[in-house]
Amino acid sequence: MNKTKRFTLLTLAVLSAGSAFFAGCSDSGSSGASSSANDKGSAAERTYVAPGELDNYYLFYSGGHSGQVFVAGMPSMRHLITIPVFAPSPGVGYGFDDESREMLGEYTWGDVHHPGLSKTDGLYDGRWLFVNDNANNRVARIDLRDFKTKQILGPIPNSSGNHGSSFVTENTEYLLVGTRFSVPLPMGRFAPVEDYADEFNGMVSGIKVDSESGELSVGWQIITPPFNWDLGSTGKGPSSGWAFWTSYNTEMAHTKLEANASQLDRDYAAFVNWRAAAKAVADGKADMLDGVPVIDPAKVPGVLYYVPVGKSPHGIDVDPSGRWIAASGKLQPTTTVFDFEKVQKAIANKDFQDEFRGVPVLNYDAIVEGEVPVGLGPLHTQYDGKGNGYTSLYIESAVAKWKLPPWTDEEKANPESLVLDKIGTHFNIGHLVIGGSDTRKPYGDWLVAMNKLSKGRHLSTGPSQPESSQLIDITGKKMEMVYESFTDPEPHFAQILKADQIQPIEVYPKAESKNPNAIWSLAESTVTYEPGKVTAKIAAVRSQFGPDKISVQEGDTVVLHITNIEQTTDIIHGFAISGHNLNVIIDPGETKSVTFKADKAGVFPFYCTNFCSALHQEMQGYLEVKPAGTAETVSID
Amino acid sequence: MDQLSHSDTPSTSIPWWRREARFLDRPLTPVSRFLLLLVAAIFVAVAFLPLWRITLIAPQYQEGLRVNIYSYKLEGGGLAGQDLFEINNLNHYIGMRPLIQSDFVEMKWMPFALGLFAMIALRAAVHGRMNQVVDLFALFTYFGLFSVGLFYYRLYTYGHDLDPTAPITMEPFTPMLVGKNQIANFTQYSFPLIGGVLMVTIPLIIFGAFWFSRAKYVAQE
Repeated sequence: MNKTKRFTLLTLAVLSAGSAFFAGCSDSGSSGASSSANDKGSAAERTYVAPGELDNYYLFYSGGHSGQVFVAGMPSMRHLITIPVFAPSPGVGYGFDDESREMLGEYTWGDVHHPGLSKTDGLYDGRWLFVNDNANNRVARIDLRDFKTKQILGPIPNSSGNHGSSFVTENTEYLLVGTRFSVPLPMGRFAPVEDYADEFNGMVSGIKVDSESGELSVGWQIITPPFNWDLGSTGKGPSSGWAFWTSYNTEMAHTKLEANASQLDRDYAAFVNWRAAAKAVADGKADMLDGVPVIDPAKVPGVLYYVPVGKSPHGIDVDPSGRWIAASGKLQPTTTVFDFEKVQKAIANKDFQDEFRGVPVLNYDAIVEGEVPVGLGPLHTQYDGKGNGYTSLYIESAVAKWKLPPWTDEEKANPESLVLDKIGTHFNIGHLVIGGSDTRKPYGDWLVAMNKLSKGRHLSTGPSQPESSQLIDITGKKMEMVYESFTDPEPHFAQILKADQIQPIEVYPKAESKNPNAIWSLAESTVTYEPGKVTAKIAAVRSQFGPDKISVQEGDTVVLHITNIEQTTDIIHGFAISGHNLNVIIDPGETKSVTFKADKAGVFPFYCTNFCSALHQEMQGYLEVKPAGTAETVSID
Repeated sequence: MDQLSHSDTPSTSIPWWRREARFLDRPLTPVSRFLLLLVAAIFVAVAFLPLWRITLIAPQYQEGLRVNIYSYKLEGGGLAGQDLFEINNLNHYIGMRPLIQSDFVEMKWMPFALGLFAMIALRAAVHGRMNQVVDLFALFTYFGLFSVGLFYYRLYTYGHDLDPTAPITMEPFTPMLVGKNQIANFTQYSFPLIGGVLMVTIPLIIFGAFWFSRAKYVAQE
């Protein structure tokens, strides 16, 4: 205990001295920091994907406050495409057509932190990728059939700051949502910040996923004290049916959190029996708040338990067996490993050390398996499926590889021996990811370290710096750094999926089109006039629009339904109207609609923005906007 | 078969110029009749099987664009016959008329003709006369040559009847009937498929039907 205290003090000293300084020094002594020419050759061979060849894995990065998801190939680490989710993206026309504009709602950005792949039977099934928006309390579903955002749910009621998301349960029954920020509920109610502990509340929620359509809806919410719910994960095996979140403000501080939320040696994690929560809602034990069912855990025993975790914990990660749960306190140099079998025993025996607002606090000593001295600033743990955990060390700028339980008495007596290897990262690693770490069968070959600082590791780009991702080979006894790549700001977490697990479509099959406004030949194109409204059905095909002249009256509402009638991979057409802040991109076989008011008289060129063919430049037309009151009567076609 | 044999009694008094008439009256051996049944079956099969394939390959179409030609339809390769749409879309740049099934009148009568040939072959097999084998051979040869000629004429017309106002001006050309050819950035391959191969075997089998009944005549001489 004394030793832990000293470490904590040291950590705090380091924090106040500036972590970047420490990061610069922590390099030496870590394996893989220096590499000979031979190592470089071998590393290049392992990551080289020759022109025309394909990667083995998809790497789906969260795009952080860019509001997007970045897709890369692994092991080459080449960026393949960016999937816009919460932010408009003119490159793919997202946020310009009626449908995506409606989906984005009033927001033009989001803060994507933790992508989660859908699962069946505890394994990735390649159907969907879910992401969260920490800023505006939303979650979204990307369909991996076409790599497009299909739904944005939210703002989710009673939730503020959805950080602990989007972790997916074993059979994609739910994805987790946790409130990083607490506010007076229902939202919109005023209470002074000084009354934080009494008037503010947090919430942990399960977002229900329709097993057929993937449609998201709020399943259950559990109201909590205003702890700041941080990260989460879901159970499997013995912990099947459970969800876990850490929190970092059991102190319930409302100001100067940096210090005031770091006072207690342990903060509470939430262990939620989500099957019991779903049942409580079905049994009518929840109250409706802002239109969604909210469970008061004091009134519904068995739904929520608190577990003390030291200190100011961040990541909480369930191992592939579902028995071991590693939670790391940012401010103590250890990762705490809980045994879920002991958790179940403690619950059965009511082995509680305390109670907080009617919710039992499990006896720490009864459920902890041990504390592994991984190093400074431990954040997140991933698993290789071969009995090892890999914990990112933010302050130390390193990854520690350590042995999962069961441990021998000798190992327990000498926990330092559990740390098997350490490798430096550059710099200040946040999340790390091993493919399938949150499933029953991790891939166990590559680890990607996502670092917060990249300074000095790339050609200078001025004050705005890219983010660094480092590829580490974990197949050997020693971890080996083999590649480094850079992305736009700012990946937090990522998911890795085997490439052969999905077969995305590359055109929207004409036979599947249900859009009533779709047309499939130039001959079918129409312009219809109603008072104050002009509707055009436009066909886009190499290398023309039909029609290529649209006449309207100033003040008319113009509705354009544009179909890319092609069925050929990569023949994508754009439709932009000069001076109208409008750029719709239509994939082969897709129909997109755009509605705008023709409020400026004049003649405006429209053209294809996505290079399509040898005569792409010629793919253009005109929008005639006749001045109001001066034009002759428009003939009805 | 036996009831026919009395009329087939060889006569040494027949003059040589009458011998072909005698030959045409000859009954067929069981092997020949079986071969004619086979020919009838092949005619039926050919009406359903793909006859020919044209493949176009270019740098950006390494997977190739395909058109399969049946007796009764044109079928594009790719997803939902997309290749035909794609070929027509590309051809509009050089002003070639789109390949539209309804323009090919032969696709209306060809299955009927194949059925007719199946009937003739069946008739020959049942009646078992050499003259019917000769009829079938002659008619099929005519039909085969006509079809190949028509196919060539189609290829010639599509490659020569180009819209002069098309974006790209191209020297008129004739796509290859059988083999490999370069047309602008595309390499064109044209080869028979199973139906086409079977069509070629038909005259051989008919000849076989003739051959296996010829010996009897020779022996009786």
